[in-house]
Amino acid sequence: MSEPLIRIEGISKKFTGRDGTATTVFEDLYFSIEPGEFVCLIGHSGCGKTTILNVLSGLDQTSSGYVFVAGREVSGPSLDRAVIFQSHALMPWLTVMGNIAFAVKSRWPEWGGEKIRAHCQQYIDLVSLTGSEKKRPAELSGGMKQRVGIARALSIQPKMLLMDEPFSALDALTRGVLQEEVLRICAETRQTVFMITHDVDEAILLADKIVLMTNGPHAKIAEIVVNSMPRSRTRHDLHKHPHYYRIRNHLIDFLVDRSKAFASDSPDYDPRHPPLVTPGLDRADVIAEAPKSLSAGKPLVAVVK
Amino acid sequence: MNRLMTWRAPLLSLIILLTVVGVWHALTLPKTAAQTVDSEYAALVGAAAATGQKSTFPTPADFGKKIWQHLNEPFYDRGPNDKGIGIQLGYSIGRVLVGYLLAALVAVPLGFLIGMSPTVYRALDPFIQVLKPISPLAWMPLALFTLKDSAVSAIFVIFICSVWPMLINTAFGVASVRREWLNVARTLEVGSMRTAFRVILPAAAPTIMTGMRISISIAWLVIVAAEMLVGGTGIGYFVWNEWNNLSITNILTAILAIGLVGMLLDLMMAKLTKLVTFPE
Repeated sequence: MSEPLIRIEGISKKFTGRDGTATTVFEDLYFSIEPGEFVCLIGHSGCGKTTILNVLSGLDQTSSGYVFVAGREVSGPSLDRAVIFQSHALMPWLTVMGNIAFAVKSRWPEWGGEKIRAHCQQYIDLVSLTGSEKKRPAELSGGMKQRVGIARALSIQPKMLLMDEPFSALDALTRGVLQEEVLRICAETRQTVFMITHDVDEAILLADKIVLMTNGPHAKIAEIVVNSMPRSRTRHDLHKHPHYYRIRNHLIDFLVDRSKAFASDSPDYDPRHPPLVTPGLDRADVIAEAPKSLSAGKPLVAVVK
Repeated sequence: MNRLMTWRAPLLSLIILLTVVGVWHALTLPKTAAQTVDSEYAALVGAAAATGQKSTFPTPADFGKKIWQHLNEPFYDRGPNDKGIGIQLGYSIGRVLVGYLLAALVAVPLGFLIGMSPTVYRALDPFIQVLKPISPLAWMPLALFTLKDSAVSAIFVIFICSVWPMLINTAFGVASVRREWLNVARTLEVGSMRTAFRVILPAAAPTIMTGMRISISIAWLVIVAAEMLVGGTGIGYFVWNEWNNLSITNILTAILAIGLVGMLLDLMMAKLTKLVTFPE
């Protein structure tokens, strides 16, 4: 098997409180992300999701364990891994164009003004912000600000996109529109993405794999859910697919009950290889199937025991 | 209705002004009366003294006439003790600007360094805390002794009083730049110089400008007192000189001019602050 784009090996994070007691937020995490994959991480607050993302981006260090990007260990932030921040983190003194140009100029310092502008324009168009180039962040709505954040991250053509609950501060309508944009952009660019989210539907819509974390402290990866739905999904017909509710119920079940009660000391749990599950293909909820001969208009006799 | 509301406040201001001038006028009316003293004494001192006299405090009309006179000829120069109020204000503004700009040249870069490094911040903090509350005029004798020049000493006093608000505000502004902007710069692998000038400086600019606005107000407060001490030129010296001349009208004119110039300086800094402040 070829080398995955991101390989995480046994990372853990400890914080030392003011009274000197150490808290282990998460420990023994192993997972990898293949090129072109969209991976979502779901877990309750306090399980260290943002810390994991910061470790991947290089902004934070682990207490133990290693993170490899394309086979090389992460030593700090890099232009290869672009971050989309929860709070968009746009610089209010720069225009939309200026904010993106700041990133582009950091990526290609040797580029001239005209080349930078043309490159920025391409990404402004990609996130459908054409016409707002000269506006400052204060003049933009929350959704538009996050679009600029996405354009800024994509404009440096990173190997990997890291998103920290990018849509959680937005209203439901805007969030839906932006999720579809992200789906479209990722389909167009085959971008590898790692995203943290609270929203189960968002994860099912966007992700190829959903990493489930148990509650902190001592959070672990309980399992990795493979999204068996076809990639050409949209927000409108998502719920019509037979896999949808199976995956959704599985995730909700996990968040409500199993994330608390998860027993990592069970004999078949190996943190190095968290179980890979496909609830979408799981047909345990189907008890009986309609006979092949059944069609519309024919009478049906059902016997209930 | 709306137009009435906008006119209400200026109208009230005008009423207050007229009331103050009215009361002032009433209090300074000449106290003429029938002869109040012994007629022999009256013959001795003259009619004016005997029948009461004009108030020693100038009337609003005197004040107005004086202002008009100064406005007509603000820049005359008839020797060291008789210069137009415009010239004197010019000297003061010049001193303030020189001392203030020198202070900015020192305080902004130094504050930047202090704000960037928590170690430097903690190391310099005790010095700043002790030096900050010292009245700038307390430095005056030391300045006169070491610099041996009254003009330079006045500038030094302005420098020392302007430096602290700028230093503290710059350090604070730089230290409290939003972490996420710094994180953006870090994930984009932006060099430290570029981060300092393209991220930290614009982010801290509103706080730095607030410090500079406080400084210019303090500098303008201090220059009047400093010039009373060093003498020679300037609006502070003008006030002191007119006190020696017992010309209350000129003192009042100077007080009004000091207030107006102070207001203009503050307005200028407020405009500049607005230029570098961007809402999020």
